[in-house]
Amino acid sequence: MIEVDNLRVTFALGKKRVEAVRGVSFEIREGECVALVGESGSGKSVTARSLVGLAGPGAGVETDTFTVAGRDVRGFAARDWRRLRGRFAGLILQDALVSLDPLRTVGAEIGEVLRVHDIGDRRDRPHRVQRLLTDVHVPEPERRARQYPHQLSGGLRQRALIASAIAGGPRLLIADEPTTALDATVQAQILRLLAERHEAGETLLLISHDLAVVSRLADRVLVMKDGRIAEAGSTRTILTGAGHPYTRELVAAASGRRRATTVEPGDVVAEATALRKVYGDRTVVKDFGLTIRRGEIVGLVGESGSGKTTVAQLLFGLAEATSGHVRFEGRDFSGVPERARRPIRRRLQLIAQDPLSAFDPRWTVRRILGEALGAGESPEPILERVGLGADVLDRYPRQLSGGQRQRVAVARAIAPRPSLIICDEPVSALDVSVQAQVLDLLAQIREDDGTALLFISHDLGVIRDIADRVLVMHDGRVVEQGPVQAVFDHAGHEYTRALLAAVPTLEVAP
Amino acid sequence: MTLALPRPVARRLILRPPRPGIAAAAVVLALTLTAVVWPSLFAGDPLAADPLHVLEGPSAQHWFGTDQLGRDVFDRVVHGARHSLSIGVAATVIAVGAGILLGLCAGLTHKYADEVISRGFDALAAFPLVLLALLFIAIAGTGTTSLIVAIGVATLPHYARVVRAQTLIVRQAPYVTHAVAFGASRGRLVLRHVLPNVLGPIPVLAMIGLGEAILVAAGLSFLGLGPQPPSPEWGAMLSESRGYLHIAWWASVLPGAAVTATVISLTVIGRHLQSRFEGRHQ
Amino acid sequence: MIRAVTRRVVTGVAVLWAAATAAYLALLAAPGDIVDSIIGDGADTPQIRAEIISEWNLDRPAVVQYLDYLWRAAQGDLGRSYLLHRPVHDVIGGQILPTLKLAAAAAVFGVLLALILAVTTRHRWVRRASSTAELFLVSTPPFLIGIVLLSVFSFRFGIFPVSGDRGGAALVLPAITLGLPIAGVLAQVLRDGLDRALDEPFAVTARARGLRERAVLIRHALRHALMPAVTMLGWLSGVLLGGVVIIEQVFGRPGLGQVTLQAVGNGDMPVVLAVVVLAAVVFVVISTLADLAYLLIDPRLRRS
Repeated sequence: MIEVDNLRVTFALGKKRVEAVRGVSFEIREGECVALVGESGSGKSVTARSLVGLAGPGAGVETDTFTVAGRDVRGFAARDWRRLRGRFAGLILQDALVSLDPLRTVGAEIGEVLRVHDIGDRRDRPHRVQRLLTDVHVPEPERRARQYPHQLSGGLRQRALIASAIAGGPRLLIADEPTTALDATVQAQILRLLAERHEAGETLLLISHDLAVVSRLADRVLVMKDGRIAEAGSTRTILTGAGHPYTRELVAAASGRRRATTVEPGDVVAEATALRKVYGDRTVVKDFGLTIRRGEIVGLVGESGSGKTTVAQLLFGLAEATSGHVRFEGRDFSGVPERARRPIRRRLQLIAQDPLSAFDPRWTVRRILGEALGAGESPEPILERVGLGADVLDRYPRQLSGGQRQRVAVARAIAPRPSLIICDEPVSALDVSVQAQVLDLLAQIREDDGTALLFISHDLGVIRDIADRVLVMHDGRVVEQGPVQAVFDHAGHEYTRALLAAVPTLEVAP
Repeated sequence: MTLALPRPVARRLILRPPRPGIAAAAVVLALTLTAVVWPSLFAGDPLAADPLHVLEGPSAQHWFGTDQLGRDVFDRVVHGARHSLSIGVAATVIAVGAGILLGLCAGLTHKYADEVISRGFDALAAFPLVLLALLFIAIAGTGTTSLIVAIGVATLPHYARVVRAQTLIVRQAPYVTHAVAFGASRGRLVLRHVLPNVLGPIPVLAMIGLGEAILVAAGLSFLGLGPQPPSPEWGAMLSESRGYLHIAWWASVLPGAAVTATVISLTVIGRHLQSRFEGRHQ
Repeated sequence: MIRAVTRRVVTGVAVLWAAATAAYLALLAAPGDIVDSIIGDGADTPQIRAEIISEWNLDRPAVVQYLDYLWRAAQGDLGRSYLLHRPVHDVIGGQILPTLKLAAAAAVFGVLLALILAVTTRHRWVRRASSTAELFLVSTPPFLIGIVLLSVFSFRFGIFPVSGDRGGAALVLPAITLGLPIAGVLAQVLRDGLDRALDEPFAVTARARGLRERAVLIRHALRHALMPAVTMLGWLSGVLLGGVVIIEQVFGRPGLGQVTLQAVGNGDMPVVLAVVVLAAVVFVVISTLADLAYLLIDPRLRRS
């Protein structure tokens, strides 16, 4: 169906040209499901978009062979490409909130495909749109078609985006990170929908950074790294006997690994009782209680809107609880003025999701660490602990890689020797291989210093790998808590079970 | 009559000026600055009238020709730089100073105070600058001081809005939260994190804003509200000679061209610096 | 929706009140006797002085004076011009039409030109040329543009009348002069908005449906680009109102600009104050229209 030989894509960056894809060859056969897996910057998205002539503005695309549906597309003019798009191949992007035009109704977006390719009778099109929405299991299609993307839930939006991609009846669906912005339960539903389309005969090209997401669906996997295909093979071969070290690393990161360091819990560090937070007429946190002891890693898990970030703000003293109480190191930490918190502030630290915005852009690493360290303390030993060299000291955070930045963030957090670190999605923005390294580092720090960690994440896999205890939040309430193993093996609450079932795992399609 | 680029646009830079453009702009700016500091370096007496040579076209002797009183237009344009630029600079200094103060106030204070101050900026920004200047002049009388204060007050919202918006962003920035984690006090937060990050873009904004101030000043002088004749102010010169337009275009068009050249140069260089500044922060 | 409207009305009233108050304070702040300020360069007789004192309640406490002034201003009574021996609203009402014509023509011309420039000059040298032209337009004093147009089209070729407000032909050059800088600014804003919108994922999705680039531009990106342009409606009204003062002077057109300039020159304070209040009214109307335009363009702002 598609045959590409030695695909190279370059982009102009000032006067230089940057190579995004450096010689990629593959083929996709009718009815297959092929996955393109790689970390950010590996060139996977550019490769996929090149297949419909949308590599991007200013992109230079060169190939030795490039046939789509049996036609040589190398000499294609803009209008030839346009005839392929939507009709032969549909494209699904991440996050329908921005991938569907936010100023137009869902129905108009789906109907546009029909209009452009002149499919069906003009008066019949509203019905076709509704039928398409029904096909992707959107309830009340008539009403939904008149709504705007922001009025739909994340899952429904993504379904609508898929409906617009399949509206032209394409034989090939290209899905570029189709589930990345979604909560785990919704992610599972969307993957099921894509599987359904595949069974109905459509050829699928899945692009993802997450091997686990695609493993159950894909027949074949192409692993990309630095603009090249590092390894290609059937899903089974890739998952079991991967040859390339990079693939093995990816597989290891995706399968997860328990950081087995058990530290005997010590004295109580922080204590929250009956926390409740009301914003306007919405109660976002209800009756939240938590005790953290020295050396413990407590996981707090929940989907977006579950209230876990608000809990972090309440514990950290950034927001004041409507009712309830926070104590830290035996002192009142809530209901007191900031001045009263200041003396023990340095004992409670924070590691945030996006390390870049967590640093003052005008400060070098040296100055950032200087603020965290005591007077006269040199920053080198602390850098060494997080696995960085002294060469980063005089650099600005924006000059560092994502992994390096998060290491600096960890260094800053441990520098004042805190008794508790609140980690709010600390690895969510990182590539899987880097995630594993940062998790190792955090586990090591707990073991060495006996620092307690409150680990907040939407990712159950990460929590399973690092936490001793876990609290599951849903709609502002803790629905289940207990030791990690017990909760994962015998989830008591229905919501926890749904959450666990939705976690993608490395499994080959049956 | 605020005809230079409004701030939100200028901030986002649409036209990346080509290299020769930047070089030309730099040359024009250098010449203008020299004219401000040391006009007699390349120009004679701007007030010397020569009744025998009125309204003569550009020639080797009079590069820009002569005006209706036989004064050398080139000499007047060069000497006019000081008048036009000093009004612009003084007004911009007032606008930047007051803008930073008010913007910080709005950005750091309570919701309602912020609301009132911001609405005030909106109204002031939309209020016709010429009318504002006219009001000042109606009260305080014609003169350069009224002109400067009026332009300063009218262009202040540009800076105040940027400072306010930046303050709100920086205030919410995670790195400020982290500074809280090290027990930083409110004053320390503002001084060490908020202020430096907020003020960063101001110098370049002021440079582009200066062009706007010069443009406005020329417009008001054209209406006879600035420095009075025979002062060689660019807008006033244009106004004086405009009755002779159909026989001596040079006497009015060339002073106007001086305004355009200066304003464009400031804008081009300002936007160039801005794009480099932004590039550095991405 | 109702809350938004209420908020808008309250803000509007507040702005008008602030403008009226500022104008009143300006009158008080003017150096010299307040009666002198009101008379300006008009005839100064004891009889007129007595008239002014009774009209402005100058023999009553300051608070009463102020409240009475506000009350009359709210009813549209902005006092009397002693210079012209006519009520202020007559003076303004008589001159408002030519100014409105000019402002409207300039706004339409400027906005249309900006749209055409932004949409049609997308690539390579056309874009570069248009951007450079826009830079010149926004950096050139409008009176210079007017004078050049005048010398070419009126003096040299005699196509358009040199001055006055007789017929449509007299409107052409002033409207172009006032509209060109507006087009320059708006074209840059629109082009920037289009660039941003075309970089968004939804534009990629639209292209992936097989849409022509032009269709992506018109049907998707343009609405997004209009949002920042709408933000500038307030700025636009300010430019128009301020610009007419200069443009009317250049082209010798009758209108509010001329009235204002004369009032300032002769110290006719009641007229100056009335113009200030009028500008505030325009601001309130325009920003209300802008808010409505936002709601029209962006469904995300329509909260039910």
